[in-house]
Order: sequence, then C-alpha cells, then structure tokens
Amino acid sequence: MTFELIDNLNALAAGLFLLTAFGIVAMRQARGCLQLFILQSLLLAASAALLGLRFGSSHLYGVALVNLISKPIVVPWLLRRTAPGEIYTRREIDQVLNIPTALLIALALAIGAYFLGIPLAEAVGPDARGPNVPIGIAALLLGAYTLTVRREAMSLLIGILAMENGAFFAGIAIAHDLAMLVELAIATDGLIIVFIMAVLVRAVEQHVGVTAVGELASLREGAAESLSPEERA
Amino acid sequence: MSVVAILFPPALAAILIGLLLRGRWAAGATIASSLAVLAMAVRMAARIAAGASVDDDLGPAWHAWVSVDGLSALILLLVSFIATTASIYSVGYIDREHLSGRKLRVYYASYNLFVFSMLAIPLVAEPTLVWIAVELTTLTSALLVSFENTREALEAAWKYVVLSLMGAGVALFGFLVLFAAMRSGGGGDYTWSGLVEAVPRMSPFLLRAAFLLILIGLGTKVGLVPMHTWLPDAHSQAPSPICALLSGIETTSILYVILRLYPIVRHVPGAHADTWALVLGLLSIGVAAFLLLQVRDYKRLFAFSTVEHMGVILTGVGLGAAAGDYASMQQIVNHSVTKSFCFFAAGAVLLATGTREIAAIRGLARSSPFAGAALVLGGLAIAGAPPFAVFLGEFAILRAGLASGQYVATGLFTLFIVIAFFGVMGHVNRMVFGVAQGQGDPGHEPSAAASALARLPFSCRAALVVAAIPVIVLGVYVPAPLHDLIASAASTLGR
Repeated sequence: MTFELIDNLNALAAGLFLLTAFGIVAMRQARGCLQLFILQSLLLAASAALLGLRFGSSHLYGVALVNLISKPIVVPWLLRRTAPGEIYTRREIDQVLNIPTALLIALALAIGAYFLGIPLAEAVGPDARGPNVPIGIAALLLGAYTLTVRREAMSLLIGILAMENGAFFAGIAIAHDLAMLVELAIATDGLIIVFIMAVLVRAVEQHVGVTAVGELASLREGAAESLSPEERA
Repeated sequence: MSVVAILFPPALAAILIGLLLRGRWAAGATIASSLAVLAMAVRMAARIAAGASVDDDLGPAWHAWVSVDGLSALILLLVSFIATTASIYSVGYIDREHLSGRKLRVYYASYNLFVFSMLAIPLVAEPTLVWIAVELTTLTSALLVSFENTREALEAAWKYVVLSLMGAGVALFGFLVLFAAMRSGGGGDYTWSGLVEAVPRMSPFLLRAAFLLILIGLGTKVGLVPMHTWLPDAHSQAPSPICALLSGIETTSILYVILRLYPIVRHVPGAHADTWALVLGLLSIGVAAFLLLQVRDYKRLFAFSTVEHMGVILTGVGLGAAAGDYASMQQIVNHSVTKSFCFFAAGAVLLATGTREIAAIRGLARSSPFAGAALVLGGLAIAGAPPFAVFLGEFAILRAGLASGQYVATGLFTLFIVIAFFGVMGHVNRMVFGVAQGQGDPGHEPSAAASALARLPFSCRAALVVAAIPVIVLGVYVPAPLHDLIASAASTLGR
C-alpha cells in the first residue's frame, strides 16, 4: 500500500471516529451508546494499525490488538456480568439540553479542538501531522461534554471511556513508542473503570432504586436543613 | 532490600483478605501490613534525610521505572503513617455495626489496595504509570466512599468517580503530550529525572500544553477550586477512617504529581508555573474560606478545610523563593497529620452523637469529653492556631511571601486564612462549648455521657492518641531528620 492510500484510509477512520463521538453525545438509548463506543474503539484500533503500517511500528499493532480485545469484547462481557440489566434498557427522556442544542455546542467544541490540535501537532513534528491530534482532542472534549449533560449511568460510563479513547486517538500519533507495559496498564485500567462503575450502579439501583445517577442531588450546601426531625435527633 | 518491597505488604494483605481472611483477621492483617510499610518508609526516609540514595539498591533495569528522592520519601512516610493510624481506627469504627463478613472483607481489601495505589504514586518514576496509580487511587477508594450505601454516600461516590475520571482523561492526554515533548527533545528516559535533564532540548510549547492539561486534570482530583465540587461530598460521606486517608493524604499525593512538574516547567518561558500555582492556590483558599462559614455538617467543614489547605500548599510554591518551597513541604506534613486527626475526632463525635449536623450538637465538652477534647484540639490545630504545626507552616509561607515582595498575594493569603480560622473555630466552639436550648434536664445528662464513652471503642481512642502526637509535637519541635527530609523534598522543586 502506498503512503497516500494509508493516509486517506486513516483520514476516513478519523472522520468516522469523530462522528461516533458526536453520536455518543446525541444517542438517547443506553444500548446504542455502548454500540457506538464499540464502533469508536474499532476505529481507534484501525487507525492504530494504519499508523503502524505507515511508520513501520510494530508497537502500534500491539495497541490495535489490545484495543480490539479489551473494548469490543471484554467491556460488554464485564458489563453483563456486573451491572444490573436495567442500564441497557434505559432511554433518557429528560436531558439537561435538547439534542439540537447539545449537538451545536458539541460542534463548537470540535472546532475549538481543531484550533488547539493543529499547533500542537505542528510542534510535535512531521509524523504527527494528520487528522489524529485535532480529532483526538475533539473526542476528548466531546466525552467530557457527554459527562456534563447526561444523567444515565451507562452514558456517563461511556463518556469516560470515550474521553480515554480520544486521548489515545491523539496519543497514537504523538506518542507512538510509549512502552507496551504502559499501554497494557492503561487498557487494564479501562476495564477496572467499567467494573467499579458497574458495581456502583448496582448499589445505587439496589439502595435508591434508580439508574439515572445524575439525578441524585441531595448533597449540596444547606442540604442538612432538609433532614427529617428523626435524623436531627 | 529494594525500595519496591514497600508495595508488597498491602498487596499481600489484599490478596490474603480476598482469598481467606475474615473479620478480625482481616483487620489484623491490615494493621500488620500498615506497620510493615511504616517501618520501611521510616527507614527509607531516614537514609534520604542523611543524604544517602536508596535507588542504588535497585537493579539497573529498574531505574527507568522506579525512583525515590526526598519528595517521594516524604509522601511515602505520610501515606504509611496515616494508613497505620487509620487502620487502627478502622477496627472499632467499622466493626461497631456488626457488618456481614463479606462487607468487612470488601472494606479491608479495598483499604489495602487503596494504600497500595497511594504508595505507588511517589515510588513510580515513569509519568504515565504514575497516572495509572492516580487512576487506581480513585477506583480502589470508590467502594470505600460508598461503603455505607446510603443515598448520600452513593451519590458522593458517583460524583467522586465521574469527576475524578473526567479530570484523569484530560491528564492522560497531558502525559501523552509530555511524552511527545520528550521525544521532540531527542528522547531519553521518560522519568521525572529524565524529563528534568531534557528540559533545554524540549519544545516549550509542548511543555506548556502538557503542564496546563495535567494541572487541570489532576487539579480536579486535588480539589482545587473551581474543580472542587465533588470533594466535600466524598470526603464527608465516607466512613471517618477513609475520610482521614482521602483528605489527609490522597489529595496530597495527587498534588505531589503536580509538584513533580515544577522542576520541569518552572523555567520554561511562558509557562508561568508559579503564577498558576498562586492563582489556583489563592482561589482555593478564598472560596473554601467563605464556604467554611456556612457549612452545616462538621465533616464537610473539615473537607472544605482540605480544599483550603491544598490552596495554602500551592500558594507557598507559587509565592516564590526557596523559603516558600520549604514552607510548602512543611505544610504538606502538617496538613496530613493534622487533617487525619481531625477526621478521627469527627468520627468520634459521630459515634458519640449519631449526627453529622453541627446545629444538633451542643455542649460536647460535657456530654462526651473525650470526643469534645479531640475536636477542639483538631479544630485549633487545623485552623492554624499557635502553637500548632499548621500555624508554623502558614506563618513561614507568609514570611516567604513578604520576603519575595508579593505583598498583594500575601495580603490576600493572610485575609483568607484568618477567615478560615474563624470559620472552623466558630463551628467547633459552638459544638463543644455551646449550650443547647433544650438542655438542663439534670436526670438525662450523666447517662448520655456514660453511653457516649461506652460507644467510643478502644481502638478509636488508641488511634486518636497516636495521631495526636505529631499534631502536638511538630508545633514546638521538628526533629532534625524530618527537617532534613523536608529540605531535601523542597530542593527537588527546582528553584
């Protein structure tokens, strides 16, 4: 394959990667969110493999392989084992913002990411020029944005994992010889995140009876006033 | 013996508790592992204070991954000390409700893993692995924050996890940019010391970007204003010994990672590292000082005080001059030992009264003198009254600020810590010495006092006494080895 073809394919993967990030912001169904995240991880793996081919870096093949195994296979399995089945079937009715507004803000974030990412990629060197850095930053910001507008446990979990995906999408272009030990540690860390958050959602579902964890809002300044008389005693 | 061995006791204890130990055995294993870690940390700190290096014990293959200098040794020492007192405190505090064996095992296994991750932060020298350790502190402590499974505790744990991980995502990108900066400078070991050596060759733009990303990302977990919103929730809803760990040392060990960047970025043109420290520091002290005035829950009071003290430490670094760096390192020690004591005292008050509400507690001095005395001691010490250590640290920062001619910043600093002082003491004073409206029923008082004393388990009292020793001693006397260790830590900040 010529370098030009590889670059074009990588640009395609990057474009689709950004679309999945937008999709995660807009998707109301919990299961859809998870599927978009899996698609995003596959695109991350594809981009890593393409860049590996481009730079002749076997290390990036390793990154692709780790992503291919941990996210599309292990994450859903872990969720099925540990999280309550409830979280799949949830559909978010009331969001903080309606979807068109949310997408508009997301678009502004993506444009901002472009202006942040280009000089950053320039400073790293010729290898990093390409769509990875700006689009990685965009996905990072969109993940963070998802966390602020969503209420359902699943969307929040996916938001966090999508942020990490974004950081990595930029990372494979600017830091493609990070030690393999570190890559494996980060992948394991992602799985621990899924496990701990799933256990927390289960506890919330058991003790409070909801999975829209963002709606829990009894802790704030002055909340003690709302304590019942028995609790005061 | 290699320095890595300090990670073995908590790892071993966690595995044993997960596999076979139950109940009292789990508690015993936790205390034993904490004591072993404390012994190793003291030994390491003593050698570093005496000017020796402990890295030589390691094989050459380890040098790319692990390194211990003055700053790391200081954090290791504090983690191990608070892990020890909190593990003793846990025995009586956690077991009082006769929890199921499974719940106790989850508690002690998580406890050991949490201590493990906090020990790994100062020990590991490779920045991305340090990031992993930071992530692990969040993930291993999440189930400890939600331990009581009340609606509030679950909410606090959830907020804690989501916001910490959100910050961590930003920080991860920062560490990747830092790595790219290293490569742009021709490579070398990607370790803290390797980075310091490579500074002149690295792109200043990338260093600035990495610094800001990591400062914002990890600043969230330190609880710097305006990213502090989760902290008072998590640090007040967790069981008291866990609050002591979270507030006393977890925040500090994350702040350590930010401080590690200072020798790297301090002299990079346009990075304004000291200004950032000063601005975020003063903002944290100021906002926390005013929030302190209006809290209704005394554990939240101490949680806001943590936000304030993270600001104090950062302000000391930002005010400039080597004296400021020294004062900040001193303040790290003072805050850790004092804040953990405060949460032990708060836990004792909670056991004695059964409520977290400040307004519901009056006249603690009479109804439960032990908890009342502990609360007054903790309150005075953390608010910064002389002759306690926090006062000395704050005063040293003040002097460093005046010496470097930063009068406006120093003035604001003084104003805010004075407000915070009255914020803390006002609440504590009313709780301990105030007279409740309904009080004066003579037949009721002695029985309440007797039952309160009966309810404070022996291990809690023992932990309070042990934790009180450095709170009282460090205010009047800093042992020479500790002074040397603090000086050695301050020298790593690259002034």
